[in-house]
Amino acid sequence: MEILSPEEIVESFKAALGAGFVNAKIYEREVAVKKNLFKAIWIYVKRDAFRQAVEHICKLQEYPHLAIISSSDQENSVALIYHFTIYYGHHLQELSLGLCVSLPKDDLKIPTITDLIPGAIFTERETQEMMGVEVVGIPDNRRLFLPEDFPEGVYPWRKDETGPEDMLRVLPGRQKK
Amino acid sequence: MTASEGVERYTIPVGPIHPALKEPIRLDLGVDGEEIIDVDIIMGQVHRGIEWLGMNRNNPIQNIYLAERVCGICNICHPFAYIMAIEQATGITPPERAEYIRVIIAEMERIHSHLLWAGVAAHEVGFESVFYLVWRVREKIMDLIEYVTGNRVTKAMFQIGGVRRDITEEQFPRIRKTLDYYKSIFDQLKTVFLDDRTIRMRAKNVGVLKREDALKLLAVGPTARASGVAKDVRQDQAYSAYADLDIKAITPDILTGTIIGDVYDRIIVRLLEVKQSIEIIERCLDEMPPGATLIEPKLAKLLKTLKTAEGEGVGRAEAPRGEVIHYVRLETGRETLATWKIRAPTYVNLMSIPTILKGGQIADVPIVFASIDPCMSCTNRAVVVDRKTNKKSIMTYEELHQLSVEKTRKLSNGLVK
Repeated sequence: MEILSPEEIVESFKAALGAGFVNAKIYEREVAVKKNLFKAIWIYVKRDAFRQAVEHICKLQEYPHLAIISSSDQENSVALIYHFTIYYGHHLQELSLGLCVSLPKDDLKIPTITDLIPGAIFTERETQEMMGVEVVGIPDNRRLFLPEDFPEGVYPWRKDETGPEDMLRVLPGRQKK
Repeated sequence: MTASEGVERYTIPVGPIHPALKEPIRLDLGVDGEEIIDVDIIMGQVHRGIEWLGMNRNNPIQNIYLAERVCGICNICHPFAYIMAIEQATGITPPERAEYIRVIIAEMERIHSHLLWAGVAAHEVGFESVFYLVWRVREKIMDLIEYVTGNRVTKAMFQIGGVRRDITEEQFPRIRKTLDYYKSIFDQLKTVFLDDRTIRMRAKNVGVLKREDALKLLAVGPTARASGVAKDVRQDQAYSAYADLDIKAITPDILTGTIIGDVYDRIIVRLLEVKQSIEIIERCLDEMPPGATLIEPKLAKLLKTLKTAEGEGVGRAEAPRGEVIHYVRLETGRETLATWKIRAPTYVNLMSIPTILKGGQIADVPIVFASIDPCMSCTNRAVVVDRKTNKKSIMTYEELHQLSVEKTRKLSNGLVK
């Protein structure tokens, strides 16, 4: 397997995704005494090119490791970041690769990637129940952490009206929003 | 494999309280006689909404102590990953000496966690004398942790931009003394775990996870390494003082020359990692650079920086059970975190459970489940449901544990193969 530099990886994404590529950030930091580099890349893509981007990561590394999907409520949109790691197993060569995709609040849908990475199932289920993002084509549609009697349409990680504000106990010292 | 016509098939829910676990989870086992043919995992019994608290109630400094309480055993790696994420988001660089202290504490945690696991594993197969032996041995590292940090469990060592306590030259001899003790008994431990007939019988070729499955199901830590995936954040990614130390991921072929991916291989990996941790701590003591341990001791000043900071960061640390990852996003003017996502190693390792339990026996469930060292808790009871009549019968923790103990006894008497 050929190990590309962060810059080359960004270029390869640009070439593979074309108009679907939005932006990229490279983060590097020296650590400890020997000043080896901690490296991370953030790749921003459009939703239409998302599947293609994941397929491209599978080309860079056979069996990429998907650590987790993080999601942020940003008023009119929900930002999803798929935290991949590639080039593991090589001394100090591993790269954290965050694949970022932004979804408008009125159309919260993202295709599943469980066919490419079977282990993505837990985090996709969690994103569905906690953020209210519909994962299209998910093979197991059940909840992951929330109990069965948790009300529909309430998403704990949201900061808008679908958040869990009504379910909170107002303890002394806490102002109700 | 499916149950043939006319054969009764049972579903056995194990948990939410289970013998092999430290926290609750439920496993629904579809069984055909003694053989497990189907496994489903039901989680969420102890979802505490920690990320929500970090995003809605606590400021980033309070979150360090909340992160410590994500897990009682890995209460170093969570704040470790969390502060690295914050440091990345804000551009704070910790002093070099602090990086070494962080690594020393993290490795002490690995030693105590692996020994704790070894005791639990011995208990699961009914080998109580080894369980008592290992937990007695573990007390030495707990005493050392208390000596260095002031606490046995929640150590509160980490701070954004450094560590809260120094490890001074006067403390070195006491640390070395404990490490020498572990080196002196290491061969004994190795003999007990790797050469003993009982453990070999129960662990060899049981709960096999193939390399390809480990990769597909995103296994991490000793679970992945025992299957031959040389994946270790300490080796792979430059973080903290590990970047200076040339760590090599431990796979079972170092000792045996082959990789099977069974429970026995997971024992080998954890055992060798204890030795590796001892070596890492010794190297850190030798090479520890002088200087400050904290970049900004004034918390109010640090909080102000954090409140005005904008950015995102991802921190990854190798916990005793595998990779921990924290993602944080800070917004200017917001006192809490904008986003906080935690991923503990068991989250991904659990996905391997159906694969490694399938084809096994009910009596193997405790040891096989324990072999991934899941960070969740202990079975009081399991309910046995007959699918046809929907009748329930209850198996207590003692009964399930007894099944496991009996299997060991039968094997050692040569009654079953």
